[in-house]
Amino acid sequence: MRQPSMFARRLLYWLSMAAGLVLAIVPLPGWLDPVRPDLALLAMIYFVLTSPRIAGLGYAWISGLFLDVLRGMVLGQHALGFLVVGYVTHRLQLRMRMFPILQQAAIVLVLLGLYHFIIFWIDGLTGHGYTAWVRWLPVISGALLWPLIVAVGDSLTRRSH
Amino acid sequence: MVELTHDSRPIIGRGPPLTAYFLTLAAISIGLMVADQRYQQIDRVRELLSTAVLPVQRAVDFPFRATNWVTTSFADRGRLREENLELTARLRLANLQLQRFAALEDENRRLRDMRANTMGVAEKVLVASILNVDLDPFRHRVLLDKGAVDGVFRGQAVLDGEGIFGQVTKVNAATSEVILISDAEHAIPVQSNRSGVRTIAVGAGDINKLSLPFLTVESDIEEGDLLLSTGMGGVFPPGYPVAQVSKVKRAGSTFALVEARPTAKLDRAREVLLVWFKALPVVAEPAARVPEPGEQATTPAAAVPVPSGTAPATAATPPPAAVEQPLEGVE
Repeated sequence: MRQPSMFARRLLYWLSMAAGLVLAIVPLPGWLDPVRPDLALLAMIYFVLTSPRIAGLGYAWISGLFLDVLRGMVLGQHALGFLVVGYVTHRLQLRMRMFPILQQAAIVLVLLGLYHFIIFWIDGLTGHGYTAWVRWLPVISGALLWPLIVAVGDSLTRRSH
Repeated sequence: MVELTHDSRPIIGRGPPLTAYFLTLAAISIGLMVADQRYQQIDRVRELLSTAVLPVQRAVDFPFRATNWVTTSFADRGRLREENLELTARLRLANLQLQRFAALEDENRRLRDMRANTMGVAEKVLVASILNVDLDPFRHRVLLDKGAVDGVFRGQAVLDGEGIFGQVTKVNAATSEVILISDAEHAIPVQSNRSGVRTIAVGAGDINKLSLPFLTVESDIEEGDLLLSTGMGGVFPPGYPVAQVSKVKRAGSTFALVEARPTAKLDRAREVLLVWFKALPVVAEPAARVPEPGEQATTPAAAVPVPSGTAPATAATPPPAAVEQPLEGVE
């Protein structure tokens, strides 16, 4: 099966990042709002796993920084979250690529938990602490979405398992 | 391809080792966060970046604006007529009230002139639309489509047609971020219209609720009292409605449990007003005040802000001058 060129992959990476960032600020109905999965982060994890050569840490960091600006958070908060998740995924990617999809989803759950812990922690440090349990819902919704992300991503990059 | 390390980048032109790269960027992030919290210079960077993301925000906002435009421009004749009739009726009523207010305002101004005390009155307003972007589900912030180029400044009061809405926390080039009065990090000095009791209304993180934590069980506050802004602190213009007391519970030993419902349509407003006004002067006492015989001549008059024209405040209220900023302080 023909693999898309490096350029096409890079383009796809940035397009999905942009889509993820847009979806991060689209208004949702009230009950759905706290559940909103971090699609940009999930896309980044997917690209680190499938094409680690183009999904570098710098790009992850920049995406997080844009999310900070879009949501009016302290600069560097989501950037650090994206960076840490990107780094850990890079370290794990050779193993994670071999895992069955459910096991991958379990690791994604842990990664999302780590990400939200960083966000939560920095929120606390900057005095915006919000401790209700609903703030952890995106961790679960993101992990549940993982198989779908992989399916969509694979069909876009025409990879076959 | 066989990859022996976790670093799958090409060996030639690979860039810095992954861990070193990670640590560098992490250090930069932490530096950025500290700078953003402590120093103002970083605002330039934020302004630049927010200009870069403006197209994204506009793109997200566009479909909502478009549907709104379509629904309003293709409204049927019957609905428009109905709306017109209703508005005419409301205008008639408002005009009737205005006639009375004109006389009252004149009288009020004369009285104030006598006391050499100018009331803060809105001098200039600018209509701003709320952009349809979600900032954070747990914080009550909205983004307006007016920014530094329109003269918006940090700490500016924002009102809607029904009452006080919030204040500007961040100013970008073409947008600005507003903290709503219901945000858990916001507090506003208020005064009961009926009894004159002054206190502070703190956001409760609930769009329909403000809490008034500093009222004692003996305070003269009732359900249904209208709370007006006092203008203390100089952020909000005085005399505008803030909230209506919705619940008073005098169960505890010292403090009563008092809740109020904001009068502004915090979750439904699409357009709000940015207000420029002349703040109350800090020295409210006329200069001609003669020190009483026993009083030390050095006592600064500024330390005692005179309650602007209304009934005495109870002893229970803390000094309102302490809350001119949102509780988050400097960002």
